[in-house]
Amino acid sequence: MPDLVLSTSPAHQRHGSSIGQPLTRRDGVLKVTGEARYAADNHPPKLLHAVLAVSTIARGRVTFLDVEAAKRHPGVVEVMTSANRPALAEDPDAKTNPFMFRLDLLQNDEVRYAMQPIAVVIAETLEAATEGVALLAPRYDVQPARVGLDGGESFFPQAVGVGNPGAVHHGDVEAGLKAASKRVEAVYETPTQYHNAMEPHAIVVSWNGDKLSIDTPSQGLGMAVGRVAGLFGLNPANIHIRSPFLGGGFGSKGFIAGPQLLGILAAKLVDRPVKLVLRREHMYGPVGHRAPTRQTLRLGTDNDGGLTALAHHAKTVSSTFDDFFEPAADASHTLYAAPNISTSHEAVRVDTGTPLFMRAPGEATGSIALESAIDEMAIACGMDPLAFRLKNYAEVEPTSGKPFSSKALRACYAQGAERFGWSTRPLQPRQMRDEAGFLVGWGMGTATFPALMFQAEARAVIKRDGFGVMESGAHDMGQGAWTAFAQIAADGLGLDIDAVEFKAGTSDLPDAGIAGGSAHTATVGAAIHNAGAAVIAKLADLATNDEQSPLFGAGNAGVVARDGRLFRRDDEARSESYADILGRAGLAQVEARGNGAMDPAAAEDYAMHAHGAVFAEVKVDPELGQVRVTRMVGAFAAGRIVNPKLVQSQLYGGMIWGASFTLHEAAVMDHRSGRTMNANLAEYQVPVNADVMGLEAIMVDERDPHVNALGIKGVGEIGITGSAGAVANAVWHATGIRVRRFPIRIEDLMLPV
Amino acid sequence: DLELDDPRVTLLDLLRERLHLTGSKKGCDRGQCGACTVLVDGRRINSCLALAVSLDGADILTIEGVAHGEQLHPVQAAFIAHDGFQCGFCTPGQIMSAIGLIKEAQAGNDPERVREGMSGNLCRCGAYAGITEAVLEAEKAMLSAGERVPA
Repeated sequence: MPDLVLSTSPAHQRHGSSIGQPLTRRDGVLKVTGEARYAADNHPPKLLHAVLAVSTIARGRVTFLDVEAAKRHPGVVEVMTSANRPALAEDPDAKTNPFMFRLDLLQNDEVRYAMQPIAVVIAETLEAATEGVALLAPRYDVQPARVGLDGGESFFPQAVGVGNPGAVHHGDVEAGLKAASKRVEAVYETPTQYHNAMEPHAIVVSWNGDKLSIDTPSQGLGMAVGRVAGLFGLNPANIHIRSPFLGGGFGSKGFIAGPQLLGILAAKLVDRPVKLVLRREHMYGPVGHRAPTRQTLRLGTDNDGGLTALAHHAKTVSSTFDDFFEPAADASHTLYAAPNISTSHEAVRVDTGTPLFMRAPGEATGSIALESAIDEMAIACGMDPLAFRLKNYAEVEPTSGKPFSSKALRACYAQGAERFGWSTRPLQPRQMRDEAGFLVGWGMGTATFPALMFQAEARAVIKRDGFGVMESGAHDMGQGAWTAFAQIAADGLGLDIDAVEFKAGTSDLPDAGIAGGSAHTATVGAAIHNAGAAVIAKLADLATNDEQSPLFGAGNAGVVARDGRLFRRDDEARSESYADILGRAGLAQVEARGNGAMDPAAAEDYAMHAHGAVFAEVKVDPELGQVRVTRMVGAFAAGRIVNPKLVQSQLYGGMIWGASFTLHEAAVMDHRSGRTMNANLAEYQVPVNADVMGLEAIMVDERDPHVNALGIKGVGEIGITGSAGAVANAVWHATGIRVRRFPIRIEDLMLPV
Repeated sequence: DLELDDPRVTLLDLLRERLHLTGSKKGCDRGQCGACTVLVDGRRINSCLALAVSLDGADILTIEGVAHGEQLHPVQAAFIAHDGFQCGFCTPGQIMSAIGLIKEAQAGNDPERVREGMSGNLCRCGAYAGITEAVLEAEKAMLSAGERVPA
């Protein structure tokens, strides 16, 4: 890692004060004035509107589409079906790597899930295109749909998530369970969930010969360009994608999806610019989702409450035509120090769109089951749930035996418990009531998420006027990339943040990899940091080799970059501004590039995870069974915090998703038709403002010298893990009822008065 | 005056696709998410549920008309100060809804009532805590500013 060495060598130290500041969002004014331009806000000249027609069956064939009726409708320009769809250079069903998902691009008349695109109507107006879709009146050859966790024959996937082994065995869980003095075995079910970003997937696309100009939200611009280039047989350099703002992604915009590619095909067919925006119901099929699970947890303890075994088995579903397996059981790899741990997965194939990464894939799903089971085990041992977790605290990663690169989880437990007032919690359930007579319950959960890094590149420039530019094609889906990366860039260049122009969000910039896995700030941040180090090194070379510079000969002593000047490290009275250095050298600017990636040696030696502890209070109406989360305190240790204001928002968002996992969201499937019955935002329930109160997030100090040069672990997903279990455990504590099928419903809690 | 050649055009689609006022957002197109909230004659509505032809002569205020030049509306400024958004997609609707709520003068300084009154506007990022704080602060700022204005 030569870049990392550069950044820590004495000659290239940079000081700055932007990292760590609670700056407000630099894109804030654009967003509150309506000026922030999302994909669907674009209107190139001669634009046509395209609307998807989607399947109302889950399995079978399209036998008839009334294309003539649609085309007769005033304003309709063309109807694209499998009969006239332009040719592609690559089979949409080809899969040459695990990140390549099979697509439904009208390659035939087969229907393999409900809401699958079956045609595209293109018209002069949105109204005409929408009416044209209705006029298609499709007819089908219908086959019985295979639905749900028992909808097919089980098999054991070799790999789950992204290349994780399908099963991991550490020690002998059966022996550990046999030796246990107390045991818990429980089965938990989690539902199908949909990302439901507020912004539906959208694309505005113009062809110009063999060049493509595209506005579409993307969490991975470089991969999107590659996918489009492959499918259309284009030179990647001829594809320009703009994605300055995403209206939320949560994983669903990690890969360019079928409907976006249909927009490109539609524009090609009619040879005019096209806008294609998904309707909300179209989001429940071709753009991914979190698969349902049924998880069996088996735990055993000795007489002192020490775990002797932890077995976590997860059953899930995938589509009939592609592979994505929710890695739910993997949540049990790292958290608790059982000498015997096994995790395993099985799956069935059903008639559904292919599941995909959804915020904390595996961790969120597995965590709610694991944290519920840990709670049940603590109760079986007669122990306080926090004391039980401390008793089984993992000093090293249990399944790998590796030390943690850092782990301030004890501090998270202590600070969270203190702030929440956990010590006064009665051990038994149904002990607390509020002044209105509602049952009050307190529960907790441990949060964890791996500290990942992908690949990213950044380009740094220092200009003769002393200002800096930092470029990386990074993605802001709401986490605050525009602000956090500008802060890292400012410190990396030794400049005030207002003296740095940060460019991101388009595919012509250096590839920033993918905004996912809570890894974007760490990965792109490291690239920016290293690009800054490299450009400062060039500047330092110019100055220390120039006899006219006050820094001449300081090469060995080293320089420090700060406030747009280089200072001699051992004599701060000797310094020179960037502008003067470049001016005398006769250069308009200096530039350099840097990369961000995990240090493989560090990853080999250490287990790298963020941690946290979440404490929740719920109030349950004893007569109606209605649950409200009234307080949540989360204490999280995630390495260096770049911007505490934005991180607090990220953590709150995660905690709300956790509460939603436990109490609100679920797609309900009609087992007869294989259709989602609540494919809309009223009946697919997500938390509203009235559901959210009493949130607190504590950022626990944690310095990690191993994860990356900046010590960043990432916070995008960890808030869900721990929170979901904490709310579920609080419901038990309030009511004495253990609900193991999520979300918890009112009817689960109808209590004998 | 605006010529409309199609009675099917909703107020939201008129704003977005024909007038290119794209601040108002479409999240669901059926009145479930609130991203398209605008004020019609001072009252907040979901513009996706209103046919444009039914609003002939109405006074319509969208997010584009809220700031005075560079000077942000107090609600806009408070949303930035309290980080009342992440991705920003629901934000124009949240702000229009907040301005409408403050006009309605039903919520007062009660956070519970503000949360209830803002619950027609979904935020999938979960910026609700900041939104509630922003609405309360903006309301306070507008009241005290109003007091300085002679009646």
